[in-house]
Amino acid sequence: MATANPAQPLANTTIAVKPVQTGKHIRTTITYIVLTILAILWLVPIFAALLTAVRTMDDITLNGFWSIPGPDVLTLDNFVQAWTSARVSQYLISSFIVTIPSLIGMLFLSSLTAYALARFKFALNLPIYFMFVAGTMLPFQILLLPVFLLVKNLGIYNTYFALIAIHTTFQMGFCVFVLRNFMRTVPSEIFEAARVDGCGEFKIYWRMMLPLSLPAMASLATLEFTWVFNDYIWALILVSKQELLPVTAGLATLRGQYTTDWPVITAGALLATLPTLVVFVALQRYFIQGLTVGSGK
Amino acid sequence: MAVKPRLFATPEQRVGAKKTNWSPYFFLTIPLLLYAMWVVIPTLYTFYLSTTSWDGVSDNPTIMREPFSNFSRLFGDEFMTFEAKKEGDPRILQIFPAADRTFRIALTNNVRWLLVFITIPTTAGLALAMLLNTEMRFGRWYKISFYTPLVLSGPVIGLIWAWVYQPRAGLLNAALTALGVADPPGWLAERDLAIWAIIFASVWRQVGYVMILYLAGLKNVDPSLVEAAVVDGASRWTLFRKVVFPLLAPVTTIVMVISVIDSLRSFDLVQIMTNGGPAESTQVLANMMYNEAFQNYKMGYAAAIAVVIFAFSLVFIGIYLRRTLKDELEY
Repeated sequence: MATANPAQPLANTTIAVKPVQTGKHIRTTITYIVLTILAILWLVPIFAALLTAVRTMDDITLNGFWSIPGPDVLTLDNFVQAWTSARVSQYLISSFIVTIPSLIGMLFLSSLTAYALARFKFALNLPIYFMFVAGTMLPFQILLLPVFLLVKNLGIYNTYFALIAIHTTFQMGFCVFVLRNFMRTVPSEIFEAARVDGCGEFKIYWRMMLPLSLPAMASLATLEFTWVFNDYIWALILVSKQELLPVTAGLATLRGQYTTDWPVITAGALLATLPTLVVFVALQRYFIQGLTVGSGK
Repeated sequence: MAVKPRLFATPEQRVGAKKTNWSPYFFLTIPLLLYAMWVVIPTLYTFYLSTTSWDGVSDNPTIMREPFSNFSRLFGDEFMTFEAKKEGDPRILQIFPAADRTFRIALTNNVRWLLVFITIPTTAGLALAMLLNTEMRFGRWYKISFYTPLVLSGPVIGLIWAWVYQPRAGLLNAALTALGVADPPGWLAERDLAIWAIIFASVWRQVGYVMILYLAGLKNVDPSLVEAAVVDGASRWTLFRKVVFPLLAPVTTIVMVISVIDSLRSFDLVQIMTNGGPAESTQVLANMMYNEAFQNYKMGYAAAIAVVIFAFSLVFIGIYLRRTLKDELEY
């Protein structure tokens, strides 16, 4: 297991564990016990949701939450119901339709910007860079109403396009920040060689800089997938048609639909989580690289 | 201005600049236009909206005769007063005594959220990072358990925790009843508890985030410095306090900035779990703004709340920008 551990780079610098003689063994044991208890406690809400989702509300009301469900009451019906009649499958499709083009759009536009900022000297370079850096910290509330009005006026209220447009642009700040700093680390000599060979700037960007930036792009894509997929506020204000709701906004309606049927609600919530969870577990290394890249060296 | 040439003194830029000056704009035009259209101009427009009493439906929003009256309605016209608490004297200080009641609750809750966020998840995340920053068996799985909440969306967390807090059959009260607590609290249904219950759910999500940031920071701590301290016979606590923690200072700054900004942005959990209730006791600025705009159609008033949120964030955006600028100058 340890050999294929993607989190390895995080773990291989060892600090403060110089053995202090005999106390070491006991200390390690205590650390393990504490961590195990904490990790289990941490996951209790998720396990509880899982446990709820495979039971019926009658069973829970009758026997209490902590009763051990007999095999006869375990059921997958809640998942089926959440998937079909509660429309989680349809919401998930909407989420993908919004997320994938947003990712492509933001990575393309940000890499163009980042390329210009990383490679050229011009008067507005730093001001533009700082505008994007400031944008990464911007609270969404400050543009909520005007974006809502813009979308209405453009006649794209209740379209996927509205969501794609705002995600693409709103996330540009962070992507530009990451990509620009990554691109600055690429040695310039190779580009100069290409230029001498008569390559145009766009060709250098497209054929050389983009492929070289793939590691940074992969981290960004993983992280932004999670963010865009999990967005709630924009979905809430830019889309109201049920057929178009992404899974976050769709889930929020479940509470009203199935007021007390918690097994169906939790089953829906768990299904809604699957895509981001899969991406996260599979691409954990990229996810974490993306998150930590802004946090300094 | 004098430092400027130094900023760009990296060779690739100097060479690139020699040849074409219009090149950057070829790359920048479209992204900048879109960014201006969807982010920059909307941001500025909110300031304009905050000086109107627009309802979202009637013609164009126009500035009110008293442009700042939305703000004076939010904060009231007095800054602070002393108020005698009934007959017995301990006088209490009231800040913004004439403020919009909901706004005052929201502001208080945001401050609570902020105080919790800059203390609890930060400490817990740092502690976990210190524990997990070693070669250890199952280390990866411990880490995964702590940062799984991070990939759950707000509505998912809101729904799961609403179920955990559910007064009768919910996980928490079922456990409390089983442990013999006769009359367990109603959590989200109780005015004094609800906001703390929501903040706790939010902390649950935040700890893993802070842990990741500190783990990355620890990775960059020079082991030789640590070893030197160990050779000098420093205890683990001294080592942490005198060597490791100071070296983590840049990460700590970022963690603080992120915590503050995240606490100001908090919206989804409140919206899902209580929508500000019971009796407005869990209202936060972001949710209040949403309600004013999309339920009461007071766009101007909502814009004023957004400006207040922005003003608070600005302080911390400033800190963040200053740090980034410092990095640039060191380059």
